[in-house]
Amino acid sequence: MDLPFLYETFLSLVAALPLTLQLASSAIMLGAFLALGLALCRLSGILPLDWFARTYIFAFRGTPLLVQIFLIYYGLGQFREVRQTIFWTVLRDPYWCAVIALMLNTAAYSAEIIRGGLLSVPFGQVEAARACGMSRFMTFRRITLPLAIRQALPGYSNDMISMVKATSLASIITIMEVTGVAAKIISETYRAIEVFIVAGAIYLAINFILTRLVAFAEYRLSPHLRQPAALPAISTGVAR
Amino acid sequence: MTASIHPSATPAAITVRGLRKSFGPVEVLKGIDMEAREGEVVSILGSSGSGKSTMLRCINMLETPDAGEITVAGETIKLAPAGAGRSRIADRKQVERIRSELGMVFQSFNLWSHKTVLENVMEAPLHVQKRSRAECQEEAEALLAKVGIADKRNHYPAHLSGGQQQRAAIARALAMRPKVMLFDEPTSALDPELVGEVLRVMRALAEEGRTMLVVTHEMGFARDVSSRVIFLHQGAIEEEGRPQDMFTNAKSERFRKFISG
Amino acid sequence: MTQPTILDLIGTGPNGWGIALAVATVMTILIASAGFVIGAVIGVFGAWAKVAGGPVTRSIAGFYTTVLRGIPDLLVIYLFYFGGSAVVTAIGKLSGAQGFIGFPGFLAGALAVGITSGAQQTEVFRGAFKAVPSGELEAAIACGMSRALRFRRILAPLTLRHAIPGMGNVWQVTLKESALVSVTGVVELLRQSQIGAGSTGLPFDFYIIAAAIYLAISSVSGGLLQFGEKRFTRGVRRG
Repeated sequence: MDLPFLYETFLSLVAALPLTLQLASSAIMLGAFLALGLALCRLSGILPLDWFARTYIFAFRGTPLLVQIFLIYYGLGQFREVRQTIFWTVLRDPYWCAVIALMLNTAAYSAEIIRGGLLSVPFGQVEAARACGMSRFMTFRRITLPLAIRQALPGYSNDMISMVKATSLASIITIMEVTGVAAKIISETYRAIEVFIVAGAIYLAINFILTRLVAFAEYRLSPHLRQPAALPAISTGVAR
Repeated sequence: MTASIHPSATPAAITVRGLRKSFGPVEVLKGIDMEAREGEVVSILGSSGSGKSTMLRCINMLETPDAGEITVAGETIKLAPAGAGRSRIADRKQVERIRSELGMVFQSFNLWSHKTVLENVMEAPLHVQKRSRAECQEEAEALLAKVGIADKRNHYPAHLSGGQQQRAAIARALAMRPKVMLFDEPTSALDPELVGEVLRVMRALAEEGRTMLVVTHEMGFARDVSSRVIFLHQGAIEEEGRPQDMFTNAKSERFRKFISG
Repeated sequence: MTQPTILDLIGTGPNGWGIALAVATVMTILIASAGFVIGAVIGVFGAWAKVAGGPVTRSIAGFYTTVLRGIPDLLVIYLFYFGGSAVVTAIGKLSGAQGFIGFPGFLAGALAVGITSGAQQTEVFRGAFKAVPSGELEAAIACGMSRALRFRRILAPLTLRHAIPGMGNVWQVTLKESALVSVTGVVELLRQSQIGAGSTGLPFDFYIIAAAIYLAISSVSGGLLQFGEKRFTRGVRRG
């Protein structure tokens, strides 16, 4: 066990950690909005929107993420028309291409999770909201969406972990996140096993923390599913 | 405009004219005319499939009638034709406003499971009627005390018994200061021993002079608490009148059969 | 010279890469299948360890699945490819060979894909086993069936029946993972597309073709799996 080497490797990899986390969190957050949109398309009852969402989900779930990354990073540059737009500065940059590809990809998977969550909201509670005079939007915002999120959180957390792992593919288009740096060290030193152990440990640590955070969020969001805490006796009707 | 059925002077809280509603090929409401005056407690009775819940749900537009006119506190709900003999809501904002003046209590309570009892009761006054938080909270706590579950106010609906949940739902409806309260079989989903506590609350409300429309199977309530009884059969009003008349001396053979068995 | 159209590219004419792409597609399916089979074998052992093993075996299996499900597949591929090369080179030095000996990419790829797929399949089999109604197993014991007989005629078929949907998912995942093996230089579909893209300067065309081919394989496999599932689950009442 070459401890100095392990330590050095650890330092180099941890330096790349912010980039990994940035990629993952941007992709997850942006992807969440897109996923919500896709889920709503599928639930809208408007046939063209439903078809669009279904096709999108089918295409992005049926093809490898790496192909999607290549399409965006290398493929779009094929078209002179694209190169001449203002978007080119963004589309030329590997970081943004990676974020876009990851975001589009995660949206396809989480759309179904969110759709399941929205469908699980008991209709009676929606009716009660409408009966109080809540507008469609307010009902969605205050009743449907909160309940859907609580239902979808466990499945969604799986998707988030996948996203963290997926950021490793960005290394193939020159982004020096954790896997990218690991690959560089391996190719220079050929000490694959040791680097693997350190890099693997870092990813496992991220996943562990992420899982804990999600479990905490689930805990905080579901007091209605737990036993109530024993309250001190309160006399009824006391003016406060 | 007062071509009224009853020659009394109290204003009509709810007026229904020519209400028709079909679900697919089945015509559930075949032209209903009814009126509920302020302060009246109207019990709506009928066997399953008679259309009584549908009629109630048309009043606050949870179901859209195919034809007919609904008037709440003098304001007629605007409907527009929607092809194939159906109608649709013409003015969404009007319906939302009218709904906030009606309080509905559902058979399956329908409390919002992610909010505490207190939050449930405060939700509509706060966000729909846009009243101040302090006012909403004060009133909510008073209402919960009134229905007898003040000590459960920070609990979640899942931790309450059926009877407690329904009383919370009644408090939620009351919090909106409604002109009329609509009850859709409020005790049908309760265990028998919990029915009493809910009926007691409803009776107290009736004695306060609230206008209430109650779809129910509880004959005792219909006979002792309501000021008028309407009996629906297969989508039409078979008979209506004061409970003392109807329960002792109904004209309709069907109704007599209904209350006897 | 005019730009070749996509149809030209997939054809077999002078500008056509059709044959090369077809060969690469076969390679993709081979890698994915090899990985899947390796994963299935690991999965059976892993599930057995988790279900019937003692505390030590169970924790080893648990460690394996936790680790492999939390680590990017790309890292595993690098491990096998570069690590394997280092091992082979060291062995080579022992027997007098000079210089670097590369570990075959196909083998590294299949092993890496197999190891990660194995972690998923462990969970699939474990879940499928748990879903087998214990009553049916008890009936087999009550009939006096030996362990081997019970396993062969009752346990295995029933477990498989419940495992098919999960296996279908794992197959789709494995298929897409095979694209990562391109980093080892193996000429499967993605690598071939890269070569084509580099050679013709038409990356979009090639990657779209690759995407379409992946979709096609995925859809056909999905269809076959559904058909197989229907036939295999005859008589099973879905709850």
